[in-house]
Amino acid sequence: MFQITKIDENNPLRFMSINKWTTILSVVLIVLSLSALVTKGLNWGLDFTGGTLVEVGFEQPADLEELRTVLEGNEFGDAVVQNYGTQRDVLVRIPPREDAASDTIGNELLTVLRANIDGGIDVRRVEFVGPQVGEELAEAGGLAMLVALICILVYVSFRFEWRLALSAVAGLAQDVTLILGLFALLQMQVDLTILAALLAVIGYSLNDSIVVADRIRENFRKLRKNTPEEVIDISLSQTLSRTLVTSLTTLLVLLVLMFFGGQMIFGFAVALSMGVVVGTYSSVFTRSTLVLAMGISREDLMPPEVEKEGEEQDNYL
Amino acid sequence: MLNRYPLWKNLVIMFVVLFAGLYALPNIYGEDYAVQISATRSGEVTLDTLAQVERTLEQGGIQPIGIEYENSQILVRVDSDDQQLAARELLVSELGINYVVALNLAPATPNWLDGIGGEPLKLGLDLRGGVHFLMEVDMEEALMKIREQMVTTVRDRLRDERVRYRRVEESGNDVVIELRNSEDYQSAVSLLRNQYEGYDFRTDSSQNMITLEMTEQYLQDTRSNAIEQNITILRNRVDELGVAEPVIQRQGQDRIVVELPGIQDTARAKEILGATATLEFRFQDTDNDLQDAIAGRVPFGSRLYDMRGGGQVLLQNRVILTGDHIVDASVGYDESNRPQVNISLDSAGGRLMTQATRGNVGEPMATVFIEFIATGETTDEGRIAFERVEEVVSVATIQAVLGSNFRITGVGSAQDAQNLALLLRAGALIAPIQIVEERTVGPSLGAENVKAGLTAIVAGFVLVLLFMGIYYRAFGLVANLALLTNLVMIVGVMSLVPGATLTMPGMAGIVLTVGMAVDANVIIFERIREELLEGRSPQQAIARGYENAFSTIADANITTLITALILFAVGTGSIKGFAVTLAIGIVTSMFTAIAGTRAVINLVWGRQKRLTKLSI
Repeated sequence: MFQITKIDENNPLRFMSINKWTTILSVVLIVLSLSALVTKGLNWGLDFTGGTLVEVGFEQPADLEELRTVLEGNEFGDAVVQNYGTQRDVLVRIPPREDAASDTIGNELLTVLRANIDGGIDVRRVEFVGPQVGEELAEAGGLAMLVALICILVYVSFRFEWRLALSAVAGLAQDVTLILGLFALLQMQVDLTILAALLAVIGYSLNDSIVVADRIRENFRKLRKNTPEEVIDISLSQTLSRTLVTSLTTLLVLLVLMFFGGQMIFGFAVALSMGVVVGTYSSVFTRSTLVLAMGISREDLMPPEVEKEGEEQDNYL
Repeated sequence: MLNRYPLWKNLVIMFVVLFAGLYALPNIYGEDYAVQISATRSGEVTLDTLAQVERTLEQGGIQPIGIEYENSQILVRVDSDDQQLAARELLVSELGINYVVALNLAPATPNWLDGIGGEPLKLGLDLRGGVHFLMEVDMEEALMKIREQMVTTVRDRLRDERVRYRRVEESGNDVVIELRNSEDYQSAVSLLRNQYEGYDFRTDSSQNMITLEMTEQYLQDTRSNAIEQNITILRNRVDELGVAEPVIQRQGQDRIVVELPGIQDTARAKEILGATATLEFRFQDTDNDLQDAIAGRVPFGSRLYDMRGGGQVLLQNRVILTGDHIVDASVGYDESNRPQVNISLDSAGGRLMTQATRGNVGEPMATVFIEFIATGETTDEGRIAFERVEEVVSVATIQAVLGSNFRITGVGSAQDAQNLALLLRAGALIAPIQIVEERTVGPSLGAENVKAGLTAIVAGFVLVLLFMGIYYRAFGLVANLALLTNLVMIVGVMSLVPGATLTMPGMAGIVLTVGMAVDANVIIFERIREELLEGRSPQQAIARGYENAFSTIADANITTLITALILFAVGTGSIKGFAVTLAIGIVTSMFTAIAGTRAVINLVWGRQKRLTKLSI
């Protein structure tokens, strides 16, 4: 048998013995993320700020400086010009404008480019989002995140126990904070696909924590002599190879997406990969530490009385 | 102990997989270049049209690989894009304006598959290329028009009955009527009470005031009507653009989504869709001096207007006719081959026109073109503010008493005439609309996205298959079989579900599902390994492994499903696509990873009585 980890129930890895250090690590990372969010802020994409975005393909590698000069000379001084993916692809971003007819900016820009640039240009993408719509999308996104967390909290409390539920959701909050922190630090653009990625991270990370929580519950019922700390260590050890294998396969496909999925998917893949890493970390350390700190015990996880009778009957059979 | 599935379970699994596989099949046949012919409002596609189309193509030397006549549409399949363009050119000039001739890609699904409802995946705009518009209807403007009309109606009624009023005007959603004395007040109350549907009638005798307040129901109906009318108008305009399979639907309270797949000239599309225009005909004020007016002494009862192309003109305030009486408008050419717009009015409009022009032959009449253009600012309620831009497009001398049919000359170039006629024909909008969101994806980017997505799916797949095969050996191969089946099932289900479209994030969703779908098998296999370590026999280990893993897998997947549903509920466009693929992937992967692998494992290992080792 070929296995990443081979764990004996009597000799588990002592995850909880280092929980002081992981707690410090978590706190440091969260503080760093929050301060990045506060000082640098997120680089909100077009979806949330509103504005216009035009992606054009040139026949030769594009001269960005020349482009900027042309645009500045044609009342597009506020345009941000950058390469996108290849040397020949250029992305032009224009912030929302106060004056009339902002929905025609994209076409005006293309007219200017066609008139001033030699060789044909290929219009690859034009996006315009009105400021009102942007605001609504941001609101809807925040709401989605909140609703998702609450629904999960309710479901997990119903299926498990409130300490497990609360720690699961706290872990999710940590995941989201760290990913947003990274996006703020690197000033990567946050658009709708990143929002989708964050929700997918929530789904993924939760997957992890439920597998662990399930095992913790099972072991609390089964192992009567061990301390809660030992039970958690055993549960984590038993699920460790599953955690690693799944994280690994998911990371594999995400790396593929990052390198082959094209520019539009890149940010999405980055957010998710980051999510897989922090999600794995938080379901192994953060959540277990929290559950332990909230003082979980065997009694909390025993099945309700009615079922107990059934269990005994089983034993007689 | 043996692990066996009853026959019915195996049959159900086989049936489900075959069923999904069958509906995934249309995706491997690809698409034909096609030209799609449908009728506009005034036309009809009949068997005669079909014959005409066949004749035209034959004469033009185009060999279609198939012509279908279905649902009042004709679909002509050709084998190259050159032929497609040539066919369109031919058909457009032959069929004329009563038909929409659009370029399209038609799935080359064989007839037997088509017959059982099989069709390939619908690709989102980001993969096909095309335009997505979100438009907002300015309800305030629609309501204002209705109130203005009410004010006029009430004034006319009071005047006809010789009831003297101090003021009749709009105030918020109300129309307020103030009478001069209590006598007039009494007669006004008896005159107006219960006369107007949709208004609540409130009186205040101490101030001789009557208030007509729009009812909530009426407000709502007005809003719905404004949206409905706009949708109809947009549909007509889209017809003019010649787009195959456009989507035009209401979204929320006051928005309309327009999706035009495969359209190339977005600037023109936007110009035609977004322009909200109406016409007014007014007399020119020839009694007063234009220069005086420009100097600031605008005479009472007149107003200065800008001319298109520069200059100003003084027009009377009185409106002869508004654009909502226009029934049809088309481009024609006068004797000296200058473009003109021929206009037809409804009977009420015709009467108004006759009345107004009878005594005024030889007088100049101006055509005022009114557009609502967004100012980019928002009102206090967070709505987009519109500016009413009025422009005189022509001033022409009335040559004779005009009736229901007349023409406007001097409207500029042929293209200008064409656009004006189109806008007039499409009808006068009650409420102005404004594009609040646009997403255009060019065809080249769409094709690249498809390629990138497929590469990612294949590469991700191969890596996961390799890993599982190495790590779990024979059982890994079973998991891989499940994974392949899962992919086929996702494609099959997505092709089957109406409204499920594959988008770029959707493709990412599939890749992600591939990575996560193995999770269920990993959980099961790890359990089996544990059971084996604890010294259970292989058959027992298989049974217990599946049993113990089930609730874990179910819980984990249900929570992911919750997030997918929430994404679907709040997301738009491509995000919805991601949510759909994710949700479908979760359900199918649970099926293949639990029931599917168990069936295979039972078949291969479950029957061996002397099984001592598992290749896991």
